[in-house]
Amino acid sequence: MLAFNFFGATEGGLFDINATLPLMAIQVVALTYILNSLFFKPVGNVVEKREKFVSNNIIEAKNKLSEVEKLEADLLTQLQSARTEAQRIVCEAENESDKLYKEALELANNEANASKEKARLEIETQTSAARDQLSKEADDLSELIVNRLILDK
Amino acid sequence: MFFNSLLTNFAALEVGQHLYWQIGNIRLHGQVFLTSWILLGALLVFISLGTKKMENDPKGLQNLLEFLWDYIRDLARTQIGEKVYRDWMPFIGTLFLFVFVSNWGGALIPWRLIKLPSGELGAPTADINTTIALALLVSLSYFYAGLSNKGWRYFEYYVHPTPIMLPFKILEDFTKPLSLSFRLFGNILADELVVGVLVFLVPLILPIPVMFLGLFTSAIQALIFATLAAYYIGEAVEEHH
Repeated sequence: MLAFNFFGATEGGLFDINATLPLMAIQVVALTYILNSLFFKPVGNVVEKREKFVSNNIIEAKNKLSEVEKLEADLLTQLQSARTEAQRIVCEAENESDKLYKEALELANNEANASKEKARLEIETQTSAARDQLSKEADDLSELIVNRLILDK
Repeated sequence: MFFNSLLTNFAALEVGQHLYWQIGNIRLHGQVFLTSWILLGALLVFISLGTKKMENDPKGLQNLLEFLWDYIRDLARTQIGEKVYRDWMPFIGTLFLFVFVSNWGGALIPWRLIKLPSGELGAPTADINTTIALALLVSLSYFYAGLSNKGWRYFEYYVHPTPIMLPFKILEDFTKPLSLSFRLFGNILADELVVGVLVFLVPLILPIPVMFLGLFTSAIQALIFATLAAYYIGEAVEEHH
């Protein structure tokens, strides 16, 4: 049943090599050309076109992303400078108001001191006037008392 | 008695029997061509159907074909290298598809139901003529690839890295086609024989796992053949510095 005829065999056997070999080789070469035009070229065109499309889109998206990042950084610096500017303005305003407050306070203090001084002077003059009058009245009265005592005698 | 004859009719092993075609002076193994034409016809019909309406958004068969194309491209690119893999991709792909379709067709289609006057139908790759033809094509193509890419400098490969390698490299030119052809032939024939013997002994259930193993081996053999062919071509076009 198992016939192992080697190369010497005239007919049959597992290793019976004949014109099948070159014809099969020709058939495979022909198949290569047929498959190339039917399969490898058209499918390759479609796949590579799509790959190009996808990679182009990826590059485009990356470019856009980097642009967005650049704009974002730009905006961030702008925001930063605006913030420092605002801080500076607030600081200036605070100093200004502080200065104004101090000036106003000093002015008010001075005014208060001046009116206090004036009032004190007035009180003093009035006091001395009152004292003068009082002593004068006391003199008059004492004179009157002396006169009456002397006259009564 | 009837059962016995039924068995022998269904599962008799005919090894080394061929259906001879005589054309003039030359003799051919007819069963090899018959099966290869049927299988390649099926392959071409399949591919024509899949590439009939190519779209940018692949559907159905086109998906499968694109996957196959991508698989073959990866195989060729990793073995041959970025520079010349394009030229050799159709050849590597054809080898892969031919061996794969032959192996699986031989294993999956119940050829034995078709009676021939002599010999029996089976995988075309279980015939030594087919595998030697494929292996010699690989040999020719790696010589051609080396010579067309590097000219006479291709023969530097034989004395690389030292001239001591010369006899071994020359020997390799003979062992490469020999191992390629006998590996494929032996694996596929052995698979057919094992399944045949098992079917002959235990016709039910038991051969099924072996058949699955055979399908696995068949696919692996196709991959090995294509990968080695690509590797030999890659070796021939590689630049030594």
